[in-house]
Amino acid sequence: MTATQTIAAPVAPVVETRDLSVFYGDVEAVKSVSIAIDANKVVAFIGPSGCGKSTLLRCFNRMNDLVPGARVEGAVSFRGTNLYAPDVDPIEVRRRIGMVFQKPNPFPKSIYENVAFGPRINGYRGDMDELVERSLRQAALWDEVSDRLNLSALSLSGGQQQRLCIARALSIEPEVLLMDEPTSALDPIATQKIEDLIYELKQDYTIVIVTHNMQQAARVSDETAFLYMGNLIESGATDQIFTNPAEERTEAYITGRFG
Amino acid sequence: MNGLAGRGQERFAPRSKLRYGKGRAARALFLLATFVGILTLVVLLVDVLTQGVPHLSWNFVNSFSSRFAERAGIKAALFGSLWVLVLTAVISFPLGVATAIWLEEYAPRSWVTKTIQMNIANLAAVPSIVYGILGLAVFVRWFEMGQSVIAGALTLTLLILPVMIIAGQEAIRSVPNSIRLASYALGATRWQTVRRQVLPMAMPGILTGTILALSRAVGETAPLIMIGAVAYVPFVPDGPFDQFTVLPIQIFTWISRPQPEFHDIAAAGIIVLLVVLLSFNLIAILLRNRFAKRS
Repeated sequence: MTATQTIAAPVAPVVETRDLSVFYGDVEAVKSVSIAIDANKVVAFIGPSGCGKSTLLRCFNRMNDLVPGARVEGAVSFRGTNLYAPDVDPIEVRRRIGMVFQKPNPFPKSIYENVAFGPRINGYRGDMDELVERSLRQAALWDEVSDRLNLSALSLSGGQQQRLCIARALSIEPEVLLMDEPTSALDPIATQKIEDLIYELKQDYTIVIVTHNMQQAARVSDETAFLYMGNLIESGATDQIFTNPAEERTEAYITGRFG
Repeated sequence: MNGLAGRGQERFAPRSKLRYGKGRAARALFLLATFVGILTLVVLLVDVLTQGVPHLSWNFVNSFSSRFAERAGIKAALFGSLWVLVLTAVISFPLGVATAIWLEEYAPRSWVTKTIQMNIANLAAVPSIVYGILGLAVFVRWFEMGQSVIAGALTLTLLILPVMIIAGQEAIRSVPNSIRLASYALGATRWQTVRRQVLPMAMPGILTGTILALSRAVGETAPLIMIGAVAYVPFVPDGPFDQFTVLPIQIFTWISRPQPEFHDIAAAGIIVLLVVLLSFNLIAILLRNRFAKRS
C-alpha cells in the first residue's frame, strides 16, 4: 500500500505527503502514507480506532511535535514546501494550517477574546472588532452571540463552543482547516450545523476531516481516504469509495462488517 | 420483604443494616476529625486572647522591647517580620513560579529532570534548622551580609522554595492539556501559551501555595536564630542590611522569662503575629479571587 494514490485533480495539491511514517517510540502508527489533498475540497479520513487517521492529520500542522516520543519520517509538502524541512518553523505552519479538535476546547475567556487570541499572538495589525465579527459570521455563530461577546465562552452550549473553536481557527486566515472528529462530542442537531458549515467553508478553505461516522464522511466529503492499521488502503472520490470500493477491506469497513 | 418488590429481591440485600451503618459511621468519623482541629484552634485562641488582649494597646505596638514588661512593646519585631515577609515573598515568588514553569512546560522528560524533581521533594522535608545553618554559612559569612534582614529573607526563601515549586507545579499541571493544544494550534509560541493561557489558569493554585509557604515562613524561629536575628533590637530596620528580630523570636524570648507579666505580653505578641498572618492571607485570597474570576 505504499504507492502514491493521487486524487484526480487539474491543479497541484495543497498538501501532499510522501512516504510519511510516524512512530510513537517503537510503534509505527502511520506507515509510509502518500496522499495528495486538493484545494477547496473536503477530504475525509475514515478507519477504525487506532488506524492512524488522527496521527496522520496531526502531521499536517506539525502537532505531533508536541507528543513526547513521536518521530516523523518522510515528507509533507504544503504548496511545495516540505513542512518537516529543518528551516521550517512549526509555529508559522500552524498559522497557515488551522485545527479544530475532537472536544470543544474554548479558552476560559470571553467569546471575543477566544477569537482575538490567535490574531493577537500572530501580530495582527488590522481592525480586531471587524476580524472577530467576520470570523464568527464565517462559523455561523455571529447571530447567536453578537449581543454577548464579553460573556465567558464556557457559557455557550457544546455545539456553539465547537463553532467558536472553528471561528477561532479561521481568525488567523489559514488555507487548510484540519478537523479531528469535530462532532463526536455533539448531539445530532449541533452536528448538522457543523456539517452545513463545512459545506460552506470549502469555498474558501481546504478541509481535512477525521471521522468515525461513515455517514458523515459520505455526507460532507468530496474525497475519502480509508486507513487501516497505519496503512492507507484506498483513497478516491467519496462516491466511488462508498459505492464501488476497489479494496475488499474498504468494502468490509464501510458496510459495517468490522471496525 | 419490604420496599420495592420484584426480580432478584431475594438474592440482593439493598436495605442491609450494615451498609447504612457503615455510611453513618464514616460520616460521624469525618465530623469528629474536623472537630478535633476546630476545638484545638478555639482553645488556643481563647487562651491567647484572654491572656493577651488586656495588654494590647497602641503603646504595645509602637514601643520597643524593654527590661520592664509594662513598658515592653513589639515594634521592632513587627517591623522586622514585615520586612522579612515582604522580602521573602518578593524573592521566592518569581523564583518558585519560574522553576515550576520550567519543570512543567520546558524541561525534557529526562533523568536529569527526574533527579531535580526528586531533590526538590526531598528538600521540602529537610528540617528548618538545617536551612539556618546553610544561611549562616552562605549569606551571613560567605557573602558577608551579616545578621541582616536580607540574610534572613534569603534563608527563608531557601526554606520555602521547595514547597512553592511543588505547589506551582501542581497548579500548572491542573491546566487541561487541551488548552495548550488549542493555543499551539493557533501558532502560539511556548512562551505565549504559558504567559497567556497556562499561567492565568494556574494562578489561583499558585497563589494558594504561596500563602501556605509564606505563612510557614513568617512563623519560623529556628533558622532565624541560627543566622543571628537578635532578641533585643531597639530600632526598626531601615533597609535590608540592618539587624532585625522577628515576632516568633520576640515571643519566644518573652515566654522564656521567669516573670509572669512577660508571659502576658507574649500572648499579646502572638495576637499581633496572628493579625499579620491573617491580613497577609486576606491579601493573597483577594488576589486569588481576582484571578479566578477572570478565568
